[in-house]
Amino acid sequence: MSTQQRIDEMVKSKPVFLFMKGTPDFPQCGFSMRAVSILKALDVPFGTFDVLSDMEVRQGIKDYANWPTIPQLYVKGEFLGGSDIMMEMWEQGELEALVADLKA
Amino acid sequence: MFSADRIQALIEAGLPDCEARVVDPANDGAHFQAEVTSTAFVGLNRVKQHQAVYATLGDHMKADIHALALKTYTPDALPYGAA
Repeated sequence: MSTQQRIDEMVKSKPVFLFMKGTPDFPQCGFSMRAVSILKALDVPFGTFDVLSDMEVRQGIKDYANWPTIPQLYVKGEFLGGSDIMMEMWEQGELEALVADLKA
Repeated sequence: MFSADRIQALIEAGLPDCEARVVDPANDGAHFQAEVTSTAFVGLNRVKQHQAVYATLGDHMKADIHALALKTYTPDALPYGAA
């Protein structure tokens, strides 16, 4: 399976999926930490992938979304943005509205 | 090492009616913050607005610029999504 196919399967594996550096408990970058903090505050289940564990995914994800930085958030299979956009959407309540139907 | 001035010049050269404010708050030549206003953003969602800025920086985003915190605005000075 190609890297792009692997990424596509991950993106579609969970309604909320974050590509990040490190893990939710041990983020390896301030921007990934900020992204995880927002998802935890939303209180919805989410999947993550540590791009530091796989160089092919680390590079491939940048092509997948035409987006040069990590973290990257996907909701319901769609690329939503990086941590700046997440923060803006969180502050304006848009993110909460987007995932309201996913609350446990 | 990269400089905020260089990033500002690239962004402003690459987008129409564009004003960019770029700072290097940690003064480390790697982690930058930018606020960018351009008519090119009108009608684009946030992802596309940010992609337009990244496009002006080309391979510098991969090589020299470790991080660029980004806020984009249309010339009416309201951030995307503001009422």
